[in-house]
Amino acid sequence: MTVGEMIGMLIAAACVLPLILIAAMAENSGYAFHAALGAAAAAASVILIGNRCFDGTPAAPPQEIDGRPNYNLGPVKFATVAAMVWGLAGFIVGLIIALQLAFPVLNFDLPWTNFGRLRPLHTSAVIFAFGGNALIGTSFYVVQRTSRARLAGDLSPWFVVLGYNLFIVIAGTGYLLGITQSKEYAEPEWYADLWLTIVWVVYLLVFLGTLMKRKEPHIYVANWFYLGFILTIAVLHIGNNVAVPVSILSPKSYGLWSGVQDAMFQWWYGHNAVGFFLTAGFLAMMYYFVPKRAERPIYSYRLSIIHFWALIFIYIWAGPHHLHYTALPDWAQTLGMTFSIMLWMPSWGGMINGIMTLSGAWDRLRTDPVLRMMVVSLAFYGMSTFEGPLMSIKAVNGLSHYTDWTVGHVHSGALGWVAYISFGAIYCLVPWLWNRKGLYSLKLVSWHFWVSTLGIVFYISAMWVSGILQGLMWRAYTSLGFLEYAFIETVAAMHPFYVIRALGGGLFLLGALIMAFNLWMTVRSKEAADTPEARVLPPGQLATA
Amino acid sequence: MDQQHDAPHVDAVTGQATTGHEWDGIRELNTPLPRWWLGIFYATIVWSIGYWVVYPAWPLLTGATKGVIGYASRNDITVEMAQLKAQRAARAAGMADATPAQIKADPALFQMAVAQGKAAFGDNCAACHGVGGVGGKGYPNLNDDEWLWGGSLDAIQQTIRHGIRVAGDNDTRVSQMPAFGRDGVLKREEIIAVASHVRELAGLSTEAKADLPLGRKVFADNCAACHGADGKGNQELGAPNLTDAISLYGMDMASLTETISNSRGGVMPAWAGRLDDTTIKALTVYVHSLGGGQ
Repeated sequence: MTVGEMIGMLIAAACVLPLILIAAMAENSGYAFHAALGAAAAAASVILIGNRCFDGTPAAPPQEIDGRPNYNLGPVKFATVAAMVWGLAGFIVGLIIALQLAFPVLNFDLPWTNFGRLRPLHTSAVIFAFGGNALIGTSFYVVQRTSRARLAGDLSPWFVVLGYNLFIVIAGTGYLLGITQSKEYAEPEWYADLWLTIVWVVYLLVFLGTLMKRKEPHIYVANWFYLGFILTIAVLHIGNNVAVPVSILSPKSYGLWSGVQDAMFQWWYGHNAVGFFLTAGFLAMMYYFVPKRAERPIYSYRLSIIHFWALIFIYIWAGPHHLHYTALPDWAQTLGMTFSIMLWMPSWGGMINGIMTLSGAWDRLRTDPVLRMMVVSLAFYGMSTFEGPLMSIKAVNGLSHYTDWTVGHVHSGALGWVAYISFGAIYCLVPWLWNRKGLYSLKLVSWHFWVSTLGIVFYISAMWVSGILQGLMWRAYTSLGFLEYAFIETVAAMHPFYVIRALGGGLFLLGALIMAFNLWMTVRSKEAADTPEARVLPPGQLATA
Repeated sequence: MDQQHDAPHVDAVTGQATTGHEWDGIRELNTPLPRWWLGIFYATIVWSIGYWVVYPAWPLLTGATKGVIGYASRNDITVEMAQLKAQRAARAAGMADATPAQIKADPALFQMAVAQGKAAFGDNCAACHGVGGVGGKGYPNLNDDEWLWGGSLDAIQQTIRHGIRVAGDNDTRVSQMPAFGRDGVLKREEIIAVASHVRELAGLSTEAKADLPLGRKVFADNCAACHGADGKGNQELGAPNLTDAISLYGMDMASLTETISNSRGGVMPAWAGRLDDTTIKALTVYVHSLGGGQ
């Protein structure tokens, strides 16, 4: 037994009894359930670590075997499967709430199924469960491959993936049971936030530790982006969630911030969740999987370094554009807007570097639907990072804010960029991780691509029309100087677009189901890759060589 | 690292040199920054600096830079509200001094009142009474000519100003139908019988087994005082007319027995004090114009 295993086991064992006590004494049944879940997880950790010690595996796995890094791929596999499973769950809930908006009867008048609880379930499932697992999985893979070093720590990488998914379960079940602190994209209560903080700090340490023992002289650009993402998310998460719990027996807490300061913190967090989770993290993914799949060098090292620092420096200021024409002082609104405008080119730097990496390999788009998916994701990324600065301009925002246009903008980024680049990465990863010759069917990837692209187009064009219509109806005055439409009339006018949006979401879900089937068949197939470590190349050789 | 690994390398496709680094087979070209990219980036920075000069932008120890044109979003809203007021002014002056009846008689004021009333109705009334006042279960339809508390301009204005069953408003509309079942006034079979009779009054079908003679007797003893011997209601008491097809809570047997057993008694807020007098007058005229004004 290693020291780490001993400490881990002791900490887990020490948590079991207090958590059972909290579960027994808590008045809120949802909170009691979460404490019981924590107790079960702690007990399971004790058993799992104990089993490891007794089943005869060597105490610490070797760092290298025959001079080659002994990559730790177990946690990567787990996170990849989790990403796919949570992705499907999140898309299904998304379709349900889209249908609820079109047909309110689908709320079923039950607390657990109403829109108010399912909406955070959808956003958290797709952003944090699907996106988060994709990021953790790929970051653990990429940092090992590009550092030629095994992941730092032995239990820690497993603690990160399992602990993160425990957080997801606590957050998601909490929403359904009515536990929320009502901050958009930061709904989980204080105890879930504390748990995530611990998991996230360990994640940062594992990532840094792996970088520190790298066998390459330089740190690859993808790892800058992953590191920027991990570090900033830690700061944002803590900043926005500082709160005082009512009691250790209650899920309720009161945040430290109030009034407009609270709003400013919330959108500093919210916008940078977009900037550092949904942009920097997935750009990191792009910087590894696009050149790898295209078998081409990155277009421009200089562009990558300039756009990285510009993105990091400018993004963090852009949050106030979510609070135009509110109680937020004018100067803060100005800064939020101007920094959003300046963010346009730094954002596009990533798109240029990704798309231009295909120079000399454009023909591959015809034959490789996985590469096509990743290139289209960069096009959507470019589109939504142009639309974002546009919508941050106060005059445009006056029309677009609070309308469906925002929802459409978010989804062109979320479906087109985040999901597509993740799909591309997962399509690459699964054959590599499970040592298969290739995907079960490229034709099915093509089907996935076309079905879901059609879905995205339906989704975002419906939201453009409905958002602009909504914004115009809200501000329409009669010649006598009175509002032309009652609010409910604008709601009624949205109905056809909500139906089209649900159709688009349904197509997107269908595409993801095709993907899940394809991956399942890939893993099940018996066709192993030619050489078990086909992807470890001798130094100095391009993959094409 | 061995020499070959870090040696500069020229990419055959683009003719561009790489940086000489390589990670897991990935190299990086040393392509310069695209000039158009750099140009637009600089332009957005220059534009932002210009914007900071013109508008409030940077926080200082106390307050923030004000910008050279003295912009404040608070001023914008003041100006816009003033413009709106000016746009409404000509007719609004007439509205302020006129009674609802005078407004109704003057075509220009009437047009203004309907426009203002429709907007105010959408913001304040439509949540319960529906768009255009079509109503719903428990919320009266305002388009028909059936009125619980009267459909004259004065009666409508009184209802809007003081609401219905508003605690603490001395002029509010008050009435309370007894809960005949819950309070033990009527037995179960009497309630069913009188419910059948109410259907009979409205000209609706009744079940063959219904004890209509009992129902008529129960009605005369318990209901006629408010709803009238003929069931035509009494607006003084807010007692609905039971003889037509219009009803607030439903005329099926289940709804009727529920009404008779447990009573009803919806509440409408008093709008005096929440809305200004002109808006209330406009609402009065608008509601009166919807179809059933008396």
